[in-house]
Amino acid sequence: MKNENLYNYILGIADNSLILGQRLGELTGHGPSLETDIACTNISLDLFGQVRSYFQYAAKIAGDERTEDDIAMLRKEREYKNVLLVEQPNTNFAYTLGRQFLFDVYHLAFLKELQKSADLTLSAIANKCIKEVSYHERFSSDWVKRLGDGTEESRAKMQEAINDLWTYTDELFHQTEADKTMVAEGIGVDVTKLKEAYYKNVSDLLLESTLEVPESKYFQKGGKQGIHTEHLGYLLSDLQYMQRTYPNMEW
Amino acid sequence: MTTTEQNIDQILIPILEKVSDPEIPVLSIMDMGVVRSAVIENNIVKVEITPTYSGCPAMDVIGDDIKVALKKAGYESKIDLILHPAWTTDWITPRGRKALEDYGIAAPLNAEADKDVLLNGKRLVKCTNCGSTNTRLVSQFGSTACKAQFQCDDCQEPFDYFKCLK
Repeated sequence: MKNENLYNYILGIADNSLILGQRLGELTGHGPSLETDIACTNISLDLFGQVRSYFQYAAKIAGDERTEDDIAMLRKEREYKNVLLVEQPNTNFAYTLGRQFLFDVYHLAFLKELQKSADLTLSAIANKCIKEVSYHERFSSDWVKRLGDGTEESRAKMQEAINDLWTYTDELFHQTEADKTMVAEGIGVDVTKLKEAYYKNVSDLLLESTLEVPESKYFQKGGKQGIHTEHLGYLLSDLQYMQRTYPNMEW
Repeated sequence: MTTTEQNIDQILIPILEKVSDPEIPVLSIMDMGVVRSAVIENNIVKVEITPTYSGCPAMDVIGDDIKVALKKAGYESKIDLILHPAWTTDWITPRGRKALEDYGIAAPLNAEADKDVLLNGKRLVKCTNCGSTNTRLVSQFGSTACKAQFQCDDCQEPFDYFKCLK
């Protein structure tokens, strides 16, 4: 492949949306209310749409017979580059929305920078996605506030979710080899530069929601290198079931 | 051609105007603003369409429908999906906005008012049934990616609001 770094870089971005989209899709028909069910699956649809744009581009760069579907459905667990945060399960609604909030704040800041990419396809995708992700971020922030500043029980659940998920936030700002090369070429986003504003924005909203900002400095990592938590395997077996059982099937 | 201008061959306009959004059948794709260019080159019509939302499942159908409509008019065609410049609700024509309202979908407000109704609980969206603005947000997300759910507190009618995308 001519440009393996760019290919890996795109997968690194797209896999976050793919895996989070799949997690949210699990709520189809299982959301706590009809409105939140529809909201979560709408966000899932947006993310899958974005993934298609990225994977179509990646398939073009790969330049072989690989299609967007192959990239999405036929890799092994170790080949997925998503951060650990997005593969965490929908333990309860507070976890689902806490996870969404912690990712959305990052996602929005990341896309703002990706719009400036020297790669015109990536900047066009970012430009498109950012409009959708702004709505996601408003939705998840709103729910963190409602649950945090809600009843005693909703506050306790939201706090527990944030405390548990906090350990996965630092990885968002780790650079991979593909990242470094792409940053040097003016194509990629230097995620290390997003970190300070991220923690400030997240902390401000948590405090506004009467929640505590976790103080733990112990962080988990590995997703970007393909070393995942046990949850990803189960998610992938669901995601890949049709393609593995009926190879080459199409809609 | 500047980035927001359309480049559509006059002769093709009546054909493309007959193609509608499969999810909002009263709305022509031309009034929706998703057709960015359509030109005849060597007897083939090259059409560029842009999605309203990345995940919009209607895009594949719209592409197919354009092909069929052009074929009926005697043209072969090639459809390309482009992402840049990104679609905005500002591209919906006044006729398109009226068609939405008649169909029961409130047309998008400007960006600032949109934020006020979706985040700050302001009552600005006009009910498509009785015209009252005594309406409230039920959910920021609705039956399709582009809409939010509202309800009128005067006539009680539940309705969709087409979210502003800028």
